[in-house]
Parts: sequence; C-alpha cells; structure tokens
Amino acid sequence: MKFALQRCCVTSVFLKQYEAATDAVLAKLGIELEEVKEFNCCGYPLKNYDFTACALSSARNLALAEKRSLNILTLCNCCYGNLKHVAHVLKDNASLKKQIDTTLAKEDLAYTGGVEPKHLFEVLYHDIGLDSIKQKMVKTYRNLNVAVHYGCHLLRPKDVVQFDNPFAPSIFDQLVGITGAKSVPWSTKLECCGAPLWGVNDELSLDLTEKKLVDAKQAGADYVCVICPFCQLQFDRVQRILLSRRTSAVSLPSLVYTQLLGLTLGIDEQSLGVGMNELPAETIHQFLGTMEEGQAARPVHG
Amino acid sequence: MALAIFALGLVYKVFTWFTYRIGADAAGIPAAARVGAAIQGMVRTLFSGKIATLLRAFLLDAILQVKVYREDRLRWLMHTLIFFGFMLLLLFHALEKYVSVPLFAEYYPTVNPFIFLRDIFGAMVIAGVGIAIYRRFFLKLSRLRTNSQDQYAMVILAVIMLSGILLHGAKIGSSTRYEEMVQEYAMNADEEDLKGLEAYWVEYYGTVSPKAKGPFDAATLERGKLIHEMSCLQCHSRPQSAFLSYGTALLMRPFALALDRAHLPTILWYVHFLACFIGLAYLPFSRMFHIFATPVSLMANAVMDKKTSAPANIATRQVMELDACTHCGTCSARCSVGVVFETIPNLNILPSEKIGSLKALAAGKELSPQQLSTILQGMYLCTNCYRCTVACPSGINLQDLWFSARETLLARGYPEFLVLSPFSYYRGLASEGLNGGRYAKAAEMAREGILAAVNVAVVRDLTVPLALGESALKSKLEASFQAQTFSQCYRCVTCSNSCPVVQNYRTPQATLGLLPHQIMHAVGLRLWDLVFSAKMLWDCLGCYQCQEQCPQCVHVADVLYELKSVAIARAREKVSAETGVRV
Repeated sequence: MKFALQRCCVTSVFLKQYEAATDAVLAKLGIELEEVKEFNCCGYPLKNYDFTACALSSARNLALAEKRSLNILTLCNCCYGNLKHVAHVLKDNASLKKQIDTTLAKEDLAYTGGVEPKHLFEVLYHDIGLDSIKQKMVKTYRNLNVAVHYGCHLLRPKDVVQFDNPFAPSIFDQLVGITGAKSVPWSTKLECCGAPLWGVNDELSLDLTEKKLVDAKQAGADYVCVICPFCQLQFDRVQRILLSRRTSAVSLPSLVYTQLLGLTLGIDEQSLGVGMNELPAETIHQFLGTMEEGQAARPVHG
Repeated sequence: MALAIFALGLVYKVFTWFTYRIGADAAGIPAAARVGAAIQGMVRTLFSGKIATLLRAFLLDAILQVKVYREDRLRWLMHTLIFFGFMLLLLFHALEKYVSVPLFAEYYPTVNPFIFLRDIFGAMVIAGVGIAIYRRFFLKLSRLRTNSQDQYAMVILAVIMLSGILLHGAKIGSSTRYEEMVQEYAMNADEEDLKGLEAYWVEYYGTVSPKAKGPFDAATLERGKLIHEMSCLQCHSRPQSAFLSYGTALLMRPFALALDRAHLPTILWYVHFLACFIGLAYLPFSRMFHIFATPVSLMANAVMDKKTSAPANIATRQVMELDACTHCGTCSARCSVGVVFETIPNLNILPSEKIGSLKALAAGKELSPQQLSTILQGMYLCTNCYRCTVACPSGINLQDLWFSARETLLARGYPEFLVLSPFSYYRGLASEGLNGGRYAKAAEMAREGILAAVNVAVVRDLTVPLALGESALKSKLEASFQAQTFSQCYRCVTCSNSCPVVQNYRTPQATLGLLPHQIMHAVGLRLWDLVFSAKMLWDCLGCYQCQEQCPQCVHVADVLYELKSVAIARAREKVSAETGVRV
C-alpha cells in the first residue's frame, strides 16, 4: 500500500509530535509513503477569499499525485475536506476546470480524476482493517475514557466526503475501541473545535473550544482524542491560552489518535512526541497494560 | 578609488544593519543600544564554547553550501564553480603581489602551473555563469524570477572573465608585446639570433609577426631555441597550457596583426581593469554583497534563538538578513502558497520577491498606499509553514521577517481582507506577544473595508418601501452550482438552529445580524445591505452543520462561502479601481 503523503502546513513547526507520531505509526503498519516535495498548501485557508486560488492549490496536489499514480494520504481533516471538495467541484464546473487545466498545463500537470484523496482513517478502517491493527498491538488501555472528536471536514458535507454517517459516525469510535479505551458519549462530540475563527474572532473561538472541553470533562473523559492538526492545536496550544485567560476554564489534555494508537503498538512515548504536547499528557502511560490485563478488565469497546 | 568606494560601501551597509528597522519590536530600540547588544552578544558567544558551532556553520553551510547540495545538485555545482574559481583568481591572480609572490618562490604568472591554473579557475567561473544563464533563461524553473541584480551579477562576472581571457589571448598573438619583451630582455642578441628567436616564438608560442612567417628551417629554429632558453624560458611556459587564452589566440590569429595595430591588448586591459574596479566599488550595493552578509547570517542563525536572543540583536539580524539574500529562488520554489501567484498575480506572494519589498520598507523608501497594501497582501498570504525558512541556503529566518513586516503594515492602518481567513491562525497563536488593541483592530478594519466596498448603508430606514438590490450579484450566485441552492430554502430555521455560532449567543441576532436562514431569504430578495453587513458571514466557521441538516438540500455553508468570496472580490476590485493595482 503506497500513498503520496500530504503533510499539513501547520504541522512541521507547531506540531512536530504530530508528524513524529504519524511517521512512527504508518511505518509500524507497513504503509509506504512517498514524500512529494512539490506539494503545496491544500488551499483551505483561501476558501473564503478566492475560490479559484483555493481550487488551483488542491488541483495541483491532486495532479502531482496523479503523475505518480498514487492516492493522496492526508491526516488533516481540512486538507482532506478541501481536496475532496475541489475534486467534487471540478467534476461539475467545466469553466473552472478549464481555467485550472490551463494553469496546470504550464507545469505539464493535469488532474483527470485518476487518483483521490484518502484520509488516514479510511486507510486504517477500510484498507488495513481493525483486526490487522489489533494483531500488531502489544499493549492495551484499561479504564481510560476518551472523548472522541471527529472534526468537521471528516464528516461534512456528506455528499462530498462520504466518510461515515455524519449524524451518528462510528469509525473513529471503533478505532479508539480497539485500543481498549472507552469512547464516552458527549453531546457536542460532532461540533466544531473553534479553530477556523482563531485569529479572526478569538472570543468566539474560545467560547466554542471551552464549551466542548467542559462537555467532554463532564462526560468523564480523561483525554480528548483528535486526528486533525487544527483541532489538536486548538485543544492543546489554544487551550493553554484559554486557561490563562479564563479562570473558569477546565483543563483536559488532548492526544492525536496516532499517539494513542502508537503506544498500544509498542512505540515509545518519545518517538510519539507525547512529551511535546503543551498540556501534559504523559500520564497516559498509567492507563497502559498488557493485552491479558486489558481483556480481563473488560471487553473491548466498539 | 574603487577600493575606497568599496570600503565606504561596506561601512555604510553595516551601518544600516544597526539603523534600519523592521517591525514594531525594533522601533523602540536606538541604534547605539543595538551596536552594544551586538558586541555583547558576539563576545558572549565567543566565550560560551559555541566556536565549534560557528565554525561548522561557516564551513558546511557557507563555504561548502551543504544545504544547496541537498536541494539541487546543478545549482550547487554552479555556485561552487563560481565561488571557488572567483576566490582563487582573486587571491592568486588579482592579489598576486600579496599572496602568490610571497607564497611561491618560483611564482611567475606566465609559467606552469600558474599559467594553466589561472585559465582553469577562469574556466570554472565561466562554466558557473553558463549554468546560471542556462538555469535562469532556458530551464523552465517554476517561480524563479530574474531581476536586474541577477542580470548585473551575471554580466559583471562574465565581462571580467571574458575580458581577462581575451586580453591574454590578444597578448599571446601580439607582435608589439613581443617586440617590447625583446627590447627588454634580449637587447644584446645579433640579428640572426633575433630572427631565430622570432621564428621560434611564431612556431611554438603563438606570436603573430608581420615579418617572420613559417615554415622555418630547422637551423633557424635551433638558433632561436638557444636564445629562448637563455632569455625567455625561465619566465615563459608555452601558452598552450593556458588553454582558453591560447584557443582565443588561435581564433584571433587571422586578424591578429590588425588587432595588434589597433592596440587591442591595451583596450582589453582597460576593459578588464575597469570591470574589476566597477565590480569592486559596486559590490556592497549589489547582490554580490552576499559574499559578506551570507556567512554572517548563517553563523548568526547557528547560534541565535528567538526565545533567548536580545530583541536588539534580532532587530539587527533582520536587517542584515536582507543583505544575505542571494535571490536564488529556493524559498519561492518550496513555498506552500507559491502556486497562488498563478491566479493572484502579486509578486509579493513569492518569498524571494518579498525580500525586495522588505528592503524598500526597511530603507524607509516612500511607498504609495497601493504599493503598501499590495505588499501586505503578499505578506499575509502565507500559511506560516516555515518551509522557506528551513530551505533558505543563507540561513535567513524568513518567517519572522514576514511576521514583523505584516504587523508593521497592519499597524499603519491598511485593511487586509486575508485577516478574515484561517491564515490568521498563526497570528492568533502569536497574539500574546502583540499589542492587544492593534491585534484585534486588524479584523475590524477588514470587515469595515468590505462593508465600504459593497457600499451598503448599515442602518435601514424601515419607513422606506423595499427596494430590490443589484441583480448581478444574485446572478453570480445562481451561476454557482453550490450557491444557487439558496432558492430551495423554505425557511424552516433548521440551519440556524444547528449552527454552533448562533447557539453561542443568548440574543444571536443582536451580535450576528442575520442568521443563516435569514441570509438565504435575504439573498433571494437581493437585500445585499442586510446580507453583507451581517457579522454572521465572517463569524461562520464553515463547519457545514447547517448544510448537513438542511431538509431542502440548500448548500447553506457553500452559499455563505460564495457570499464571502463575492464580497472580498468586490472589495479587492474597489481597491484596484482606486489604485490601479490589482490585488
């Protein structure tokens, strides 16, 4: 299984742990990756500024992947959502497609729809399968409650992304379930983390983040678990700012799913960059036990 | 005189490192404090055991250009050829009196191996310049821009090298030069001897003589050889070793006599020396100044850290870094948003071109408001991914330069619509170090700018009968596959009820203006003033809850996206119409 990996722009400096955990887990699961140096930003930040520029950005990455006959693998929901959105729009919008084709042709590139963007979860769930991942596990969590946060662009709009049921999704919950952790129900589970407005309307952004954190804490979660780098930045770095600005705020650390999964695959904390999170997350190892202990404690959640 | 201008230029440039300012942080620090901090910082670094780090940076990054090697082998070859060829020529040829003569007891420029090496070094530079010309003008490299400084660098190097080779070539064939040398070193020889010598030089040394023409008999040559060995051989290897110059001499041979009579060697001598002097005098003001600034930048980069270094030193470093830029284009090739330049033709989007604008800004050059807003747009259209900074072979912290400049321009009151996009995330993360009031004002200014551009009166007189607004906007939305769905809305309010932003407020309309379902309705009625003045538009997360829940399949979020696009396009058009600059 080989993919062209699209790394999200925000990870290389602000979320080094995210890249480290991703690389370690993908290597462990035998997913082959090609780093495409020419990949650019997916165009997501341009979506409400200049849609042509936004579409060109995604189309160029798709074309670069198509040149290599590889599907794009993305871990960022925004990259995934935008690549999917643009691929979808280009099917219907002939005039935009023509304009983009002309620009891409200058670099001898073309996107004809031959390859598609894939989210890490699609690969884990559909291509590898829960059972195969379970077979590689050497540890399991006991008594760990996790608030699973899907992130908007993984689920919506359904007609474009077609990932899971947008109202009652279960794939991420199942992926957390196989690690032995329990996915707790919480009412704002499917809502936005607040990241799109950070830097634009900080108070509103903090309101939304705070509301979700309070909700997750009340549901008994020990950690929030995310996959999108923007969500992780919001629940980690921005939460630290939130805690310093609002005394009422509650603290709840957040883990990237690849960090959560990596520990059960026997990858050490350092390789997964657990210590690099802004809010201390090292206590996660207290929940780790052997596979036997995990099975004795309670059945695996799904 | 050239040397004096060069030295003054050097002093002037270093002076600007301490006096020019980039960014608001630098504004409060006087130049004297910066000089003090720089000296203190350098002394501290020298005594802190960081010498090894500095040396490493100097050797690997500055001299051997390891970063460029990893990025692009051809470019590394080009730089290495030019750098080593030029440096060796400078030391052993231009400064021969101070380097070659004391170093080598046998040194004489016209004997081997020196005569050969000089041409080898020259050939290296010419090959390097050749690669540079090939890369810039023939290879289709995306986003590599060539400006007048790049052209100057290539031209001055080429002129110095070619005039040097031509000069030597012309001298090889020149009978005037030959006669002068004979006058000086073989005065006492008799006529037969001189005839032999001339024959010998015509035969073996490429001299073109008006009198002696081959073929020569063996006896004459033998006689010439004796005189040659006595008077000339010590200082003259056969010029064939100088393969480039000799090749040139062969090419010039048919016209050598005429050229010699026209004093070509003297003319070429002037050209060669003038080019060298111009190159030297102009060096501090040209792109070639990177020879000095880049190693300094690389070494500073190796030991400095934003968190621990004195703000005064960061201010100084940022100005110095502008001189360290070689305009090589690596940053633009690696830029995450460089591709956007294809649809938004603002050169300032490309990192390598931003530097030029920053130089103008730092020097306090008078720039028009439109130039400033164009620069700001380019500075803001950046994902802050640091790829440019990581890739820069000169060790410039480009990301921090953009950030400083962005804040300065925003503080000067230019609205930037990109502030309303997720490009602001980085600014939000850095907000703790920024002036709170100025920080928040940026988004406000952008919203106001857009309102002014779509030309709406915010307060509506409810006693005036309803007048339908411009239909072009509505047609524009109807043309969009996504946005045309607004007309399917039957106002069930599901979208507004599912919106996390609406839910966040007790009285949402007071804060947000229209709610999503009302916006759908208002678009149908072309009530643009209500639509565009709704804060809801810019507080939309784009989370697609509304769209997913809509029972009528209205693409609510996409309609909002389209409305934002339309409004921003209007605002950009307005700025363009007023200023004549496309933004």
